[in-house]
Amino acid sequence: MEAVYPLTFAALLFSIGAYGLLSRRNAVLVLMSLELMLAAVTINLVTFGAIAGDGLLTGQVFALFVMAIGAAEIGVGIAIILLIYRNRASVNIDDADLMRY
Amino acid sequence: MSGAAWLVPVLPAASALVIMALGRKMPGGGAEIGILSLVVSFLLAVGVAIEVFGANVGATTAGEGTAFVHTAAFQLAPIGEGAAIDAGIRVDGLTAMMFLLVTFVSLMVHIYSLGYMHGEERFTWYYAVLSLFTAAMLLLSIADNLMLLLIGWELVGVCSFLLIGFWWESKHNSDAAIKAFLTTKSGDVGLMVGVVALFGQFRTFNIADIFAMVDEGVQAGGAPLSEGLLSFALIALILGVVGKSAQFPLHTWLPDAMAGPTPVSALIHAATMVTAGVFLVARLYPLYSATPAAQATLAVIGAITLLAAGLLALVQEDIKKVLAYSTVSQLGYMVAALGFSYTAGIFHLFTHGFFKALLFLGAGSIIHAAHSNNMRDMGGLAKVMPRTFGTFLVGTLALMAVPPLAGFWSKDEILVEAAAAGGYTGSLVLVLGAIGGLITVFYMTRLLYLVFAGEFRGHGHPHESPPSMTVPLLALAVPSALIGLANLPVAAFQPYAFSAWTMHSLEYWQTHPIEFNLPVAAVAVALAAAGFVAGRALYRSQPLDADDPMRKLGPATRVLEERYFLDHLWTDLITRYIVRDTAGPVAVAVNDRFIDRIVYWVGAGTGRFGQRLYDIFDQKGIDGALHAVATGTWWTTARVRLAQSGNVQLYAGAMLAGVVVLAVVFAAG
Amino acid sequence: MTWEESAITLTVLLPLLGAVAVALVPKRNEDYAKTLALLISIGGFALSLAILVGYDWGARGLQYQLNVGWIEAAGINYHVAIDGISLPLFVLSYLLTMLCAIYSFHHIEEPGRPRAFLSLMLLLQTGMAGCFIAFDLVLFFVFWELVLVPMYFMIGIWGGPNRQYAAIKFFLYTLLGSVFMLVAFLAIYFTAPERTFDIVALQQFGAAGEFAAGFQRWAFLGIFLGLAIKVPMWPFHTWLPDAHTEAPTVGSVLLAGILLKMGTYGFVRIALPVLPDAAVEYAPLIGILAVIAIIYGALCCLAQSDLKRLIAFSSVGHMGFVMLGIATLTPIGINAAIFGMVAHGVITGMLFFLSGTIKDRYHTRTIAELGGGMLKTTPRLGFLLGLTAIASLGLPGLAGFWGEILALLAAFNPAPELVEAGWLTLFRVLMVFGAIGTVLTAGYFLWMMQRVLMGEPPQRWVDAKPQDVGSIEWGAWAPLVVLTVALGPLPFLITAVTDADVNAIMTAFGG
Repeated sequence: MEAVYPLTFAALLFSIGAYGLLSRRNAVLVLMSLELMLAAVTINLVTFGAIAGDGLLTGQVFALFVMAIGAAEIGVGIAIILLIYRNRASVNIDDADLMRY
Repeated sequence: MSGAAWLVPVLPAASALVIMALGRKMPGGGAEIGILSLVVSFLLAVGVAIEVFGANVGATTAGEGTAFVHTAAFQLAPIGEGAAIDAGIRVDGLTAMMFLLVTFVSLMVHIYSLGYMHGEERFTWYYAVLSLFTAAMLLLSIADNLMLLLIGWELVGVCSFLLIGFWWESKHNSDAAIKAFLTTKSGDVGLMVGVVALFGQFRTFNIADIFAMVDEGVQAGGAPLSEGLLSFALIALILGVVGKSAQFPLHTWLPDAMAGPTPVSALIHAATMVTAGVFLVARLYPLYSATPAAQATLAVIGAITLLAAGLLALVQEDIKKVLAYSTVSQLGYMVAALGFSYTAGIFHLFTHGFFKALLFLGAGSIIHAAHSNNMRDMGGLAKVMPRTFGTFLVGTLALMAVPPLAGFWSKDEILVEAAAAGGYTGSLVLVLGAIGGLITVFYMTRLLYLVFAGEFRGHGHPHESPPSMTVPLLALAVPSALIGLANLPVAAFQPYAFSAWTMHSLEYWQTHPIEFNLPVAAVAVALAAAGFVAGRALYRSQPLDADDPMRKLGPATRVLEERYFLDHLWTDLITRYIVRDTAGPVAVAVNDRFIDRIVYWVGAGTGRFGQRLYDIFDQKGIDGALHAVATGTWWTTARVRLAQSGNVQLYAGAMLAGVVVLAVVFAAG
Repeated sequence: MTWEESAITLTVLLPLLGAVAVALVPKRNEDYAKTLALLISIGGFALSLAILVGYDWGARGLQYQLNVGWIEAAGINYHVAIDGISLPLFVLSYLLTMLCAIYSFHHIEEPGRPRAFLSLMLLLQTGMAGCFIAFDLVLFFVFWELVLVPMYFMIGIWGGPNRQYAAIKFFLYTLLGSVFMLVAFLAIYFTAPERTFDIVALQQFGAAGEFAAGFQRWAFLGIFLGLAIKVPMWPFHTWLPDAHTEAPTVGSVLLAGILLKMGTYGFVRIALPVLPDAAVEYAPLIGILAVIAIIYGALCCLAQSDLKRLIAFSSVGHMGFVMLGIATLTPIGINAAIFGMVAHGVITGMLFFLSGTIKDRYHTRTIAELGGGMLKTTPRLGFLLGLTAIASLGLPGLAGFWGEILALLAAFNPAPELVEAGWLTLFRVLMVFGAIGTVLTAGYFLWMMQRVLMGEPPQRWVDAKPQDVGSIEWGAWAPLVVLTVALGPLPFLITAVTDADVNAIMTAFGG
């Protein structure tokens, strides 16, 4: 099996996500970039699961877990962003330094 | 009676408590309780003395008689390792003697104070402390162990502090009180070290046990006696003696202590407390007589003191200060005497107690009449105060050692013993003691003439004091005159009875017989006479403010007055110029500018050093180091917290960088 | 459970429950808290007296013992008991708390809030008393730390102008010390032949020489740091004057009266018996630091202008005498130390009460502003201050004397093991310096008395007519005055209690 394609794809996806996470100032975009990274990890899980080929299909099962957690996380994340927007009329992530020392 | 001897100190102690609690509500302000308790104490003391002294009536150096000792004790507190602090009494000749002296003088002072302190705001407090003092002094005398003795010793000190500072509204008085307490307390360091060292050596405070061990030549645990350690302890104790008994160079507190009421000066600073040091040495005399180094120290200190203080007395204008320096000088005689002889030392303590108390109370009566301490404001008081004058004269003659008054016998004893002992210390004490006798007579003559002779120079109309003051004077004049007869050198009743009655051991008494030495006595009397002649010549008709009409009669008077200028050699050059105008002032200067300065500098310097130490070392150094630790932590965290910027992307980036680093590390590994 | 087994637990827990009860008093009836706290503290004192009375003097040793598992997985037991060494301090802690409760009727510093204040005071009481009866290292440590919190709040809330600084300094400094102590406790636990925190068992191991000398050295150092900061020994003392100066009166009284004694008690109970070899090694150092504290404390007192700070610094010197007694490793020295602890608790507690009342009446504690003549303006207050100051300077016939003189006695003949190690001369020199310290002590107290009590009072005080000692204050102080006077002529009140157990505990040093 040609594992190199999905893995390369996942790496590309992860890098894009990481770049977006670090460079975007819009909180929604940051969240989306985060989802990209999660997707990359999920692809990796499925790929390695297929390579290992165990009977329990651990890779696929964990991919489902990650998706479920990702969905929940997006829910929480969007809620926080909305609240911040409501309070500050901005989704610029630099404005939200509430956890500063 | 000696079984009931414990009551003698307990009664005044109880009376002190009662006076403090109830005195203010009593018609006599509490004084009646103090006097009553002391009357009973005095009668008990007489009973004890009859029993103790009676045991040796008829004792002779041939071998009969025995040193009377009655002891009783119970354990006060265990202190560990089987050792304990006991409360015990030791009634022997020395105790009986001190009892007689202390209870009698204290009783007289209690009665006298009725008149002298009449109308004082803190009358009740005065009597309470006076009773407490008497109790403490009696406790000191009866203690059978060193710890109890130390307690009594410190208690008399604090009572002295309270009474010197009795009129504490004036800073001058409280300064004097503090000076007295701290100076004697400095000496007490020696006492504490000595007592602790003796306990360390013998593992007991009991005086009799220590004597027994020293007799056998052993110390605690049966080890052979370390004489070096014993000498160390005894010499440390001497430091306590120097402080308490106002010996050179720690004597400077005693003249200042005259700031207290005069009856207090009579009781505490003349007759009793200041003799505690002498008593201590006498109490431990079996140890001292076995330790030549300690005895030599005593003799030298005493000799220096008796002369130095005598010279200082020459130039005083305050009547109480003359008497104070005289007391220091006489204490010097006692301490010096203990360098050679037990009996000579305590006999002088005994006689001096009576006549010096008499002199102080007389001085109090004079001050009461003249409203001044300064002899310039007195004069001519003999006519208006006949009873005071008569009794004061008796006391003065006793102090001058005029035979057959008390002071003669006891001072003679000292000189005889010093002569018999010989050697450097013996000769030193003999020579200085003889010169000291001359000086004593001289300054007392001066005092007599300035106070009693001529015309009154003060203000107002002096009058005789009330009976409450003159009766104690009369009562004290009797022993001042006669008590010396207790140790007569003749076989009429019992030769040297006093020395037999107060001996601490038969063996000591037999090997240290008392003798009468006619040449010594003759020389002493001759010197006394010379002193009197000199003093009379100077002060008979020439009071300090030289406004004498006799001086205005031209050259004839002058020649007569100068007695053909022969007197110039003796009086002007030697007595006046060398002794009074040079040696005295020099001594005063050395005393005030040097010794007292040192005392002051040590005090002030210690205070300033404390201030510096606190400011620089404690606050900046130790506390600063603590602050440095705290500040350092603060500074570090201030840097570290900068990383907590709140910027999520910075965190994520750092995390990624970390992951990359870890990946590289693992890949390389 | 029988009374024998439950007595200590009851006595120690009563103030803790009381603290909760006082805190729950409704706000509108705030003043009932004072009555409640007083009743609880009287109850505690009565229970402690019952323990004292019921103590079997013939049998000696540990009594009222209760030893049950607490955290059994770690071998931690709830082991409480009492003996002659603990008894005086245990009872004193209840006495002082009761007197503080009485005093609080009259006066609580700003901002008032009696419920919180008294609740903290009772909590403090549990911690203090617990320290003296704990026979398990962890239990001891719990009580030890329990004391910190209420005292921190007492200083931090009810204190003077600089209270925050003083409270934090007190808390962190003491906590720092106890960290080292905890580490040492754990080290002892793991090194002992049989893993246990039980103090009695560890004492037996110590006496049997089960701990290697090298280990003892480090373990002792850790315990030493913890205890020395609490005592406080020179040079760890600088938290004390600040804490005392800022603390409210009741806080100062308990701090000086009991808290400091926890440190010295720890030496007697834990450090010396468990680690005897190290104790011999450290004794000369402790002795030197103690004598430095005596001289140094007295000199610093000469420099103080604030009455309360002066009293605080005097504690440094007095605790120096206590530590000197401990450093000698002899029964006489330990007896002296315990006597010194009790006497210092009584006398200095009284002095802090007095300085609190002076501040209340004259609105200042600065000696220069008081200006003298207190014997004229408030004669009773002045008399009590004079009496207590004279007791504090160690006058025979009053309580302060025995601790000092017995410590000096012990220092002249330290334990045989110290003599073998060649320290005899050092200790004798220390003794002489200690004796000189008594003169300096007398000096600063007399000077203080002259400046505060004697002389003509300034006109403003004559006009102001400050109120003299009131009836509540008499109630709070009378027991202390009686003890101050009684312990002088009757020293057996303490030494007869402690002597047998001290002799037993000190046999390790060849005494």
